[in-house]
Amino acid sequence: MTARTLEQNGISTIVIGSAWDILERCGTPRVLYNDLPLGNPMGKPFDLQMQTKTMQYALQLLTEASEPATILESPFQWQSSSAWKQHFMEIKPEMRDTLRQMGEENRSQRAHNRAQGLVRK
Amino acid sequence: MKIQYIQRTRDYYRAQGFEQDYSWAENTATPFQPLLKPLADCVVTLVTTAVTEPEIPKPSRAAKRYRFDDTPAAFDTSELSWDKTTTHTRDRGSYFPMEILRDMVSQGTIGALADHYHFVPTEYSQANTLNKDAPAIVKACIQDNVDVAILIPL
Repeated sequence: MTARTLEQNGISTIVIGSAWDILERCGTPRVLYNDLPLGNPMGKPFDLQMQTKTMQYALQLLTEASEPATILESPFQWQSSSAWKQHFMEIKPEMRDTLRQMGEENRSQRAHNRAQGLVRK
Repeated sequence: MKIQYIQRTRDYYRAQGFEQDYSWAENTATPFQPLLKPLADCVVTLVTTAVTEPEIPKPSRAAKRYRFDDTPAAFDTSELSWDKTTTHTRDRGSYFPMEILRDMVSQGTIGALADHYHFVPTEYSQANTLNKDAPAIVKACIQDNVDVAILIPL
């Protein structure tokens, strides 16, 4: 949404990210997509070569994209196996009680924040 | 196979007992500002969701600009939603590529790095992003004569 507002005000943008579905749904002007775990959109930690290449792809997209909502996908993979893709927000049967408890804590924290006036001005 | 984050988030928070699903922003029309000058003449900035001032309580955080020269050695990423099972954020360059951009300035690939980078909070409220944070970042970018903003959400 921030990228959209910047473009509406004359500033060209690129989003470098790994959540294809969210970026596509939002209507993001230009996306360089890296199929990597959330947390390292530029590339693997300490892999300067991959991170530099990611930026080169992003700048290529910036100069070459001719229409809105253009998504360029990098060739990078996290691992040859895609087993890592199961981990994020994974729900295992034995986690049901823990997740319920996390939800209770989250709701309680939000109520506490509201009571303390911890809100955006 | 790409991860379906929207469905996964929905399932995860339902499992936590939330009754109402988060409604992700959805737009059919997309704005587009073509690049009007060569990259080698452009002023470039970064927009990050990584937190520079963790001492500000999360519910009160708003968009803010910081000088690139004052970039912290490590941002606080602990409260952000990323894959903490698979990876880590100990390499700042994996989400905040300031050094790469500085090298590209030295090589003449891009014109200059702006004076400031920008923090945008990961807001539950889309109204806060649209009406408060995004306009604040636009204003700060205009003050810095920014031509290109590279947004890198974790």
